[in-house]
Amino acid sequence: MNSNNVVLKVEDIRKSFGENEVLRGVSFDVRRGETKVFIGPSGTGKSTLLRCINQLTPPDRGKVWLDGEEVTNSGARINYFRQKIGMVFQNFFLFDHLTALKNVELALLKVRGMGKAEAREKALTELRQVGMEDWADHYPAELSGGQAQRVSIARALAMDPDVILFDEPTSALDPELTREVLEVMKKLAREGMTMLVVTHEMGFACSVANEVLFMENGVVAEQGSPDLLLHDPRFTRMKDFIGRIDSRMED
Amino acid sequence: MDVLPVLIEWLPYLLSGVASTLGLVLVALVLGLLLGLPMALGQVYGSRPVRWVIGIYVWFFRGLPILVLLFLFWFGIFPAIGLGNLSAFVVGAIVLGLRGAAYQSQIFRGAIQSVGEGQMIAARSLGMSRTTAIRSVILPQAMRIALPGWSNEYPNILTDSAVCYAIGVVELLTITSRMVTQTNVMMPVYLTAAGIFIILNYGGLKVLHRLEARIAIPGFGTGAM
Repeated sequence: MNSNNVVLKVEDIRKSFGENEVLRGVSFDVRRGETKVFIGPSGTGKSTLLRCINQLTPPDRGKVWLDGEEVTNSGARINYFRQKIGMVFQNFFLFDHLTALKNVELALLKVRGMGKAEAREKALTELRQVGMEDWADHYPAELSGGQAQRVSIARALAMDPDVILFDEPTSALDPELTREVLEVMKKLAREGMTMLVVTHEMGFACSVANEVLFMENGVVAEQGSPDLLLHDPRFTRMKDFIGRIDSRMED
Repeated sequence: MDVLPVLIEWLPYLLSGVASTLGLVLVALVLGLLLGLPMALGQVYGSRPVRWVIGIYVWFFRGLPILVLLFLFWFGIFPAIGLGNLSAFVVGAIVLGLRGAAYQSQIFRGAIQSVGEGQMIAARSLGMSRTTAIRSVILPQAMRIALPGWSNEYPNILTDSAVCYAIGVVELLTITSRMVTQTNVMMPVYLTAAGIFIILNYGGLKVLHRLEARIAIPGFGTGAM
């Protein structure tokens, strides 16, 4: 792959909250169409890293580029970059006062300045993508967690992003609902969407990720294909971590 | 003296008093809304000096008895700033409105703060500016949350408005008092005034509750559904 395929470049991101240094220099490149999965113990800065990328949490140091343009220190242009960097949250954060359809439409109308008919058409298309078109007129309070998360994925898709950040998208869901959301994400990955996913779903990581980044103590401790990190004897830390999770679940 | 003919004779005056009272309430509510909502936004999103100024305002208008405020503006502040020729009605409505703004700002502030912070985060993550997010996401939710508390301002201002009697606004209580002094009928006249206040109160709340039901959305319990 040549470097022209790099859509997102993250360089030496550092972030502290008070005394607590959450990110201690994280760098990586994301190629177009790639899915990168971030795995690691809680509190190692995975979610903070995603928020540093779209500047919801501005990093203390380090730089982010999207398509060769600097996202960090971009002033008011950050609102442009955020359209191109979609985000899906653990707790969905759907707009509670709007129907599923209007949730997807809102930014098309208010940010992209689309006309009503066009925005509606696009929103319906995105809802169809995630299998939620039949629920277009329902409010968030009327949706299951899995349905709500699919709508929030449609909302991110509607902006035609270059990359979507998934911040523990299934952590608030039971296994059945987790499955329906992961199905949608797998479909997106197959269709060539560029995705960064923070998750604890090893199955998803193994089947979809082009690369897994195992994070520990604010740095990327191990990095490589899922197969490599799980089976190559030179890599031990992620295996240890997974072993700890598994033994805890057996207790 | 027979009561009924007295009431019938005075009915047009009573109704003019009702109109005046409702006028006071309406102006005060609208003024309170127009000032109270920006004040709430300023208190939540504003800089430290802005929050400080609004805090002083709220402290002042909530801290003084309504009668003291009325006298202060009617005899002191308005004449001192060259507005001495304002009518008693206008002064009464403005003072009720300024005071209402202090209370309303706190209703709206609480409502804005009770909208989950994820709503703003999600809006910003889609590329909305903070202003757009406030207008399109935060306020539509905050207004629904605020409405039941806001509805409560109506009976508050309605009952407070009677105090404008003290600076000579010809509202319901003023008319009632004139009736009593000129006819020497006391209890039935005051009871009539009380009845009218109760009807205005009930009717106004009915309208507000209907509004709450109309804008109700699943997941936003307003108690009016």
